[in-house]
Amino acid sequence: MTDVEGLLRELAPQVLGALVRRYGGFDTCEDAVQEALLAAALQWPSEGLPDNPKAWLITTASRRRIEVWRSETARQRREETVAALEASEPDAAPGVDDTLTLLLLCCHPSLTQASQVALTLRAVGGLTTAEIARAYFVPETTIGQRISRAKQKIKASGAQFRLPPDDERADRMTAVLQTLYLIFNEGYTASSGSTLNRVELTAESIRLVRQLHAQVPEDGEITGLLALMLLTDARRPARTRPDGTLAPLAEQDRELWNRGAIDEGVALITRSLAEAAIGPYQVQAAIAAIHDEAREAGDTDWPQIVTLYDLLNRIAPGPMVTLNRIVALAMVEGPRKGLDQLAEAESDPVLAGHYRVAAVRGHLLDLTGDAQAAIEAYRLAARLTLSLPERHYLESRASRLGDQ
Amino acid sequence: MGDVEAGRAISTWHGEDFVKYVILIYHNPESRQAWAGFTDEQRAAGLAYYQQLNDDLDASGERIVSERLSDPALSRRVVVRNGTAMASDGPFAEVKEQLAGFYLIEADTFERAVEIAGKIPEASFGVVELRPVMGLHGTEM
Repeated sequence: MTDVEGLLRELAPQVLGALVRRYGGFDTCEDAVQEALLAAALQWPSEGLPDNPKAWLITTASRRRIEVWRSETARQRREETVAALEASEPDAAPGVDDTLTLLLLCCHPSLTQASQVALTLRAVGGLTTAEIARAYFVPETTIGQRISRAKQKIKASGAQFRLPPDDERADRMTAVLQTLYLIFNEGYTASSGSTLNRVELTAESIRLVRQLHAQVPEDGEITGLLALMLLTDARRPARTRPDGTLAPLAEQDRELWNRGAIDEGVALITRSLAEAAIGPYQVQAAIAAIHDEAREAGDTDWPQIVTLYDLLNRIAPGPMVTLNRIVALAMVEGPRKGLDQLAEAESDPVLAGHYRVAAVRGHLLDLTGDAQAAIEAYRLAARLTLSLPERHYLESRASRLGDQ
Repeated sequence: MGDVEAGRAISTWHGEDFVKYVILIYHNPESRQAWAGFTDEQRAAGLAYYQQLNDDLDASGERIVSERLSDPALSRRVVVRNGTAMASDGPFAEVKEQLAGFYLIEADTFERAVEIAGKIPEASFGVVELRPVMGLHGTEM
């Protein structure tokens, strides 16, 4: 990312917020801002930055917004509307951080998750349609259509550019954090050249959560999500080997971990656990912190991790929590105990036949020394996963055991 | 029951990444006969139905691309011999179930993908196959 790109992405939500507050109409303003950003991306690198980049963007976007409005209202009450427009304040409410309001609007419950992601990346993240399309391996027209239809839906729902009422706020925040976490996840195993654009998704999601955290520092779950992302992303340099294959946590070269990110994540989660109401992102961040603080895999405080998974299981149960808890428990009480609990867990229809069950079974059988059974479980998991890096990893586990 | 089991195996959990799916539409002798026996109005209604389906899937942002394929009589098998690619008549024309078209969609959940595939008319009188596309995301092991 160039300096200009970075600046544009940072200014995007501020410009959009200023425009929507001045003129109303989130959908049209968002288009106008996108056009202003594209114009700046073309002009600024060759002509240099304007004295006040934010004001330049607001002026350019406003001009575009007014042009659209003029042609819209040509059939209607032209003079009246334009007069109202021109009478408005030149720069309404400077310094107001609109990130949260924009995020809540982009993650409106009437939209599919994929639409929430695309709209968030463009309207709040300041990415272009083309950049989003490249990151998700989807044609640009599909993303463009997804964004314009999403905005129509928000308009039809009557949602306004303001914070939702308190009784809706918690649910809406859950959707926002979920969307940001999805963006993070999409990028987080990628590291090779062909997947460079996806690494950027990870950086973008961290940047957006950072902005949100700056605006609402007292929210424990926002802090928890930021800590979780930092503590997970810190391991990225070690997560893939030079040949592109996945390195499991136990085999990663911990010297490659990003100490700065770990220190920041640990500081965030430590303070949040002491001060804020507990929630699932904070517990997951606490688990990630325990992994990151172990200088060697053998130093990992597994009993503490089991305790945290027990807590997570109570406040936010789910199939991933069940399986990860079993893996941690096996490290404390032995792989046999893990296999017993896995057999029990499989009676849950959500888990029955899922590739992760087979992957965990392969891992636990491997630990018991039953190579043949482990190979079969790894191969089954490799056939059922939808992830190419995971498939390669599971296949190589199976063949490595076969060679022994 | 077999279908339900397979569905479980590939359905994604809430909170995981969304998945692309290919919907493969096959014609068989029965579906071809049904189409051939349609009146012009029925055929026009069938095409209008597909147009509406595409519009709906565009509105929700779920359709990435879809195409209808030409007749299998035009299908060729491509082989490389001595470094040269050559096209020859394949065994395709005689095959009973023939690929007639496809959709590439992106759905939030497996259940939603099944719902979309169920809207393909051939699901009622031909064969419709739903297959997830492999992705590059992955979880740490």
